[in-house]
Amino acid sequence: METAPKPGRDIPPKKNKLQNKKKRPQRYWEEEITPTTATASAEPPPNKKRNGEPRPQKPKNTHTPKKSRISKKPQFLKKPRGQRNAEPPRSVSGAQDPFPGPAPVSVEVAQKFRRIDKSKKLPHSKSKTRSRLEVAEAEEEEISVKAARSELLLAEEPGFLEGEEGEDTAKIRQADIVEAVDIASAAKHFDLNLRQFGPYRLNYSQTGRHLAFGGRRGHVAALDWVTKKLMCEINVMEAVRDIRFLHSEALLAVAQNRWLHIYDNQGIELHCIRRCDRVTRLEFLPFHFLLATSSETGFLTYLDVSVGKIVAALNARAGRLDVMTQNPYNAVIHLGHSNGTVSLWSPAMKEPLAKILCHRGGVRAVAVDSTGTCMATSGLDHQLKIFDLRGKFQPLSARTLPQGAGHLAFSQRGLLAAGMGDVVNIWAGQGKASPPSLEKPYLTHRLSGHVHGLQFCPFEDVLGVGHSGGITSMLVPGAAEPNFDGLESNPYRSRKQRQEWEVKALLEKVPAELICLDPRALAEVDVVSLEQAKKERIERLGYDPESKAPFQPKPKLKGRSSTASLVKRKRKVMDEEHRDKVRQSLEQQPQKQEKAAKPVGARPSALDRFVR
Amino acid sequence: MKVKMLSRNPDNYVRETKLDLQRVPRNYDPTLHPFEVPREYVRALNATKLERVFAKPFLASLDGHRDGVNCLAKHPKSLGTVLSGACDGEVRIWNLTKRNCIRTIQAHEGFVRGICTRFCGSSFFTVGDDKTVKQWKMEGPGIGEEEEPLHTILGKTVYTGIDHHWKEGIFATCGQQVDIWDEQKTSPICSMTWGYDSISSVKFNPIETFLLGSCASDRNIVLYDMRQATPLKKVILDMRTNTICWNPMEAFIFTAANEDYNLYTFDMRALDTPVMVHMDHVSAVLDVDYSPTGKEFVSASFDKSIRIFPVDKSRSREVYHTKRMQHVICVKWTSDSKYIMCGSDEMNIRLWKANASEKLGVLTSREKAAKDYNEKLKEKFRYHPHIKRIARHRHLPKPIYSQIQEQRVMKEARRRKEVNRLKHSKPGSVPMVSEKKKHVVAVVK
Repeated sequence: METAPKPGRDIPPKKNKLQNKKKRPQRYWEEEITPTTATASAEPPPNKKRNGEPRPQKPKNTHTPKKSRISKKPQFLKKPRGQRNAEPPRSVSGAQDPFPGPAPVSVEVAQKFRRIDKSKKLPHSKSKTRSRLEVAEAEEEEISVKAARSELLLAEEPGFLEGEEGEDTAKIRQADIVEAVDIASAAKHFDLNLRQFGPYRLNYSQTGRHLAFGGRRGHVAALDWVTKKLMCEINVMEAVRDIRFLHSEALLAVAQNRWLHIYDNQGIELHCIRRCDRVTRLEFLPFHFLLATSSETGFLTYLDVSVGKIVAALNARAGRLDVMTQNPYNAVIHLGHSNGTVSLWSPAMKEPLAKILCHRGGVRAVAVDSTGTCMATSGLDHQLKIFDLRGKFQPLSARTLPQGAGHLAFSQRGLLAAGMGDVVNIWAGQGKASPPSLEKPYLTHRLSGHVHGLQFCPFEDVLGVGHSGGITSMLVPGAAEPNFDGLESNPYRSRKQRQEWEVKALLEKVPAELICLDPRALAEVDVVSLEQAKKERIERLGYDPESKAPFQPKPKLKGRSSTASLVKRKRKVMDEEHRDKVRQSLEQQPQKQEKAAKPVGARPSALDRFVR
Repeated sequence: MKVKMLSRNPDNYVRETKLDLQRVPRNYDPTLHPFEVPREYVRALNATKLERVFAKPFLASLDGHRDGVNCLAKHPKSLGTVLSGACDGEVRIWNLTKRNCIRTIQAHEGFVRGICTRFCGSSFFTVGDDKTVKQWKMEGPGIGEEEEPLHTILGKTVYTGIDHHWKEGIFATCGQQVDIWDEQKTSPICSMTWGYDSISSVKFNPIETFLLGSCASDRNIVLYDMRQATPLKKVILDMRTNTICWNPMEAFIFTAANEDYNLYTFDMRALDTPVMVHMDHVSAVLDVDYSPTGKEFVSASFDKSIRIFPVDKSRSREVYHTKRMQHVICVKWTSDSKYIMCGSDEMNIRLWKANASEKLGVLTSREKAAKDYNEKLKEKFRYHPHIKRIARHRHLPKPIYSQIQEQRVMKEARRRKEVNRLKHSKPGSVPMVSEKKKHVVAVVK
């Protein structure tokens, strides 16, 4: 008779059995191991960790990547209460708990939920503040471990596409994919032949459930693309430049030839905004309820759609603006200009937050990924470049394309799609947060017309392409985030849930002034004004209340407290303090010299930022 | 070719029947929750605004006294019972849940100077201007019986205050001297004096029960040990202290309500510097009482307002006032730490919430969770200027407001003068005296 399975001892024989039975097929991710960028969503949920477990294996689990399991090896057991014995205690029945202790959590997954940067040293402050900060840090660590452990509960896994040995996934056609996948997924691939109304722009709603598209010759339609139920279809009898859903699928902004119009889901015109004229591109910032419009006249206008007021109208002073995208991480608007620069804008500033020289020709398209770490640009010089948006905006990789990309889009999991003429190329990276590698495309597809608009559908493995022949919905396995958060954007929400969400979202509308490059800056100490306040206080009081009082030696026992010895002790302390000061200044000096050495030479050039 | 598309079964995400709860799958991945900090900030701002909107601290006014309320006492066993003594010698017992008076006693001729309950809650003591100490039963007399005290002690001098021991049948009175009485005897066990001035209040320490503190009109606070025949030590302040109150959680901490508009929290082991000077009142502070948690105390002032101070802060966190409330003479924090009672000159006892925006009644678990979340948010963002301004804003009656302005100007002028003097004299010749040390004249042992 077999005893209860013991973890660790039972696994190797089973593995051997597996290997004896059948040779395991080679998986494409087993060739390269990237321990640095292994993140949770690229990995399976850790509940399949213990194979030796008598647990019914779902058919879904058969493709569980084995290597990533190994990469998850560095795990630490959290021991919240006291020491745990190495041997789990046996129960009365003699059975052993096969899962002793709390579920293991990998360090990398926990790292994803970290909010406090531990590499930064705690400020030199009063002991009370310091201890409070330490407590907060410990609390934060515990919370991040708990949040990482909750990833066990995620129900869905991301899609994937892999070729046979030597097979290039880019060669796989859409028809093959449609044939291979289940019926429900196959139904997500469709073509709308709308040759009559010219190239189309399209937009998916926040939940990914609804699709709106508008043709150059005035055709505007919105539909629930999953059920293929049409919500409205109108012809605005005017050129449509761009189309965008507002916070929910009930409102639709359409940039028409003259002005910006807002329609509801019945196709009824609600507003005509004449202050936004000759709009070329639209972007909606969902947490700020701002509709950013760029116009032919060179203005970037922010319209608050919750109150209907224009928050800011910024003159970019760079001529016609027709390349615009938003950074979903910090709500900064990226504008591409004809002189090859990309400028970053916030409504709080009249000037751009940053200007990045990206191309030798004009910029044709810009896209920013969902984590806000990389930006892809393509220019008239036929280059496609990827920039790191953290720090100094350095280029990570570049590639010359034969035609140059006219449209770019990032998916939730970091896939990059580029529309070049009538071809769509998609590149994939290693994991979720890593930039796509431009060497080999992941998928390609040829359309019946020239691409005019691209967007990945949120929470579905679908890329929507608007082109001169209509709309194509492409299947891109592994594009979307598999597990949505029901309180943020729920594709399956009911009407009631949507109404409740709308009220909550409006209540916590983030003010437009808070848009800046680092959205976490609000939680950090405002050192500048703190120091200013300190200075003012010292000036007002006439002395520094926090300064250390000069050392006063305590009188010692009888006979030991002569004046000479007092002076000696005082001198000793003073000398020690002086030595400390000198030591500190010596430490700082080389740093200063380094800083001073840099600007020596010719005038600083704009290209200096690319020097590594 | 191997391919897997993301394909969700709607049955896993949509409820089966209308009677079910909606399914809300969660994913705590930070990329799905962008703008965490700005959104939390907005939530904190909203929570702070709502806190001010819902700040309605006034609960009830108990009227019935025919003269100013001079003293209050809590019932040690029943949260709903409170005793009050008025300036016309009347003592009333109130039921707080029904907000009515359940018993009226004409206890003394002239003022009822002090009132205190026995630790078991069976009887209470009053002292009055008629030089008597009377012990009364808590329950009223039966039908046909006359309202009579259990015991009456006739003294030689006027008693100005009384307090009962927290564990034994001993009580202390003050007047010309501090007397300690056994309940069974008609003469004091011991009398203690230090100097020849009238003592305005005496308080037993609730933890170290043999310790007493008293304050006299010759500006000093005297500490006694019941086991010794002589007082322990005293500290002399700039101005007279009206009452003191011991911290119920820290045995050696007490707070003194002073005539110079300030309250001083002392550590009885080191009386030369107060632990904290609490300033915000604009007139003499008449009474002080600690919350049972020992974290906060409430003070009543001649400026017609009461204020709540955290023990470790020098500024008050809350101020309560109404149009009709006159000089507040006595104040008590109830034993469940949720309410505050104050008795004032214009014959009313008022009941306030200790936390102005607190929702009364039973909270559902969701309400509680929302409250906790909002509290945490408010704490996290409390130093942001916009939130700080809203959280700190209080409407004040015009006299208090203008007094505050005036005193600020006076203080500023005084400080400027001090700084100038410091600047133009030889370094070291003019000492910098901190605000804490300024008010202590001497400590005598």
